[in-house]
Amino acid sequence: MQKISVVRIFMTLALILTSLNLVAKDAEKGENEGRVDTKNEIDAYIEHHLQDSHDFTLWSDGQEGTHVGFPLPVILWDGGLKVFSSSKFHHGETVAEVEGNYYKLYHSKIYKTDAEGTITYDEDHHATNAKPLDFSITKNVVTILIVCVLMFLMFGGLAKSYRKGPLPTGFGRVLEPLVIYVRDEIAIPNIGKEKHRKFMGFLLTVFFFIWILNLLGMTPLGVNVTGNIAITVCLALFTYFITQFSANKEYWKHIFWMPGVPVIMKIVLMPIEILGTLTKPFALLIRLFANITAGHVVIMSLIALIFTAQNIYVMTPVSLLLTIFISVIELLVAFLQAFIFTMLSALFIGLAVQDHDHH
Amino acid sequence: MDKLINDFSFGLFFWQALILLVLLFLLRKYAWKPILDSLNNREEGIKNALESAEAARKEMQNLQADNERILNEARAERDGMLKEARQLKENMIADAKSEAQAEADKIVAQAQVTIQSEKKAAIADIKSQVAGLSIEIAEKVVRQELADKDKQLALVQSMLGDVTLN
Repeated sequence: MQKISVVRIFMTLALILTSLNLVAKDAEKGENEGRVDTKNEIDAYIEHHLQDSHDFTLWSDGQEGTHVGFPLPVILWDGGLKVFSSSKFHHGETVAEVEGNYYKLYHSKIYKTDAEGTITYDEDHHATNAKPLDFSITKNVVTILIVCVLMFLMFGGLAKSYRKGPLPTGFGRVLEPLVIYVRDEIAIPNIGKEKHRKFMGFLLTVFFFIWILNLLGMTPLGVNVTGNIAITVCLALFTYFITQFSANKEYWKHIFWMPGVPVIMKIVLMPIEILGTLTKPFALLIRLFANITAGHVVIMSLIALIFTAQNIYVMTPVSLLLTIFISVIELLVAFLQAFIFTMLSALFIGLAVQDHDHH
Repeated sequence: MDKLINDFSFGLFFWQALILLVLLFLLRKYAWKPILDSLNNREEGIKNALESAEAARKEMQNLQADNERILNEARAERDGMLKEARQLKENMIADAKSEAQAEADKIVAQAQVTIQSEKKAAIADIKSQVAGLSIEIAEKVVRQELADKDKQLALVQSMLGDVTLN
């Protein structure tokens, strides 16, 4: 039952994608005639990939200037809500005119411009144009939504399969040990048997959310969600707030008035401890962001070796072998980072809720 | 760092926070709660089943031990009874033997006493008869002597020939 419904969802998605492709195909020449072969262009290409984008491009033909993918809705708040399709930007090549305002896509960000699309720069080559508040359904938002649907189908199915009997069937057999793993290896050792139940929902959600997104980042879909700083900030903030709101009296006492040390030390320790509560989630967000981003950069750079190489016949196999090797490592990293994020979240929560009776 | 802050997209953050909240809520209600509950139930069930199996095994062992003990007790009792019976038998035989011996001894002793007294009486009787005969003989001898010496002698001879010791 569940397997069929997952397959059906995939088929529907594929259908939507292809039908949109036909509409969204547009042939417009890019800069440099779309070729990506110098070092600077490769850097720009990789950087562009690492960023979120306003349309879901599956692949582009640089020479012909065609992009295959589908546009996504752009939602701006600029003295009023403005909703339009990202196809108006033509991948940043044209200026979009909406209700008398002009917007231009520049380095994956939307800037307000005049009718000609002039971008002014400061001395650090940063655009100084006004930036409207951008609530667009970007590629990352779409990916997150897909992951949500996937997770809901997978785990909803697993939950449903328990109604038929004590043992799950089908794909649930794969998921169940993972759920047990998160419970027995992450939640219980860090939070404790009595208190872990309350936080299981968050830990399980975050673990599978990050893991699936990390794995999706390795597919040729070209999404980089967990390597986006806004995503990791959000995830880390969830951990931070859950930790602070579930913390007990002892935890606050340890922060504001550390027991067992002289008064002068108590005063010195207070700001350090307060800072400590912030550095913990900060470490979380930077670790996940940096690991995934680095993985993407390394793999793309290794593939790019083929284009910069003097002797393409020597470099291609070397590049492919290295890419395969790094990809296998990245598969491990995908799990590892999800594990570490969940593990550290559980650890911080555990520190906040544990009873300090062993002092 | 500057680049990181520049790259931070508030819109994406907003959507991520919203979607994550909804996802957390939905999954908690429709997935994690039923999954964890059934996992717990299953584990409890397995634990209980194992515990009851262990208890049953222990009870079985106790029963076996009891059986063994009862069997041993019965065997010991039987052995005791047999031994007692054997003892009793031996005692009876021994008693009977000693009683019979005593009775026999008594009978023999009485017989001897009777024989002794009979013998004494017989001897006394013989003595008195011998004395009477002797007197008679002496009388007759004395009378014949008075007539014929030879005759007296013949008489004595014949008389002695008549005498039989009964």
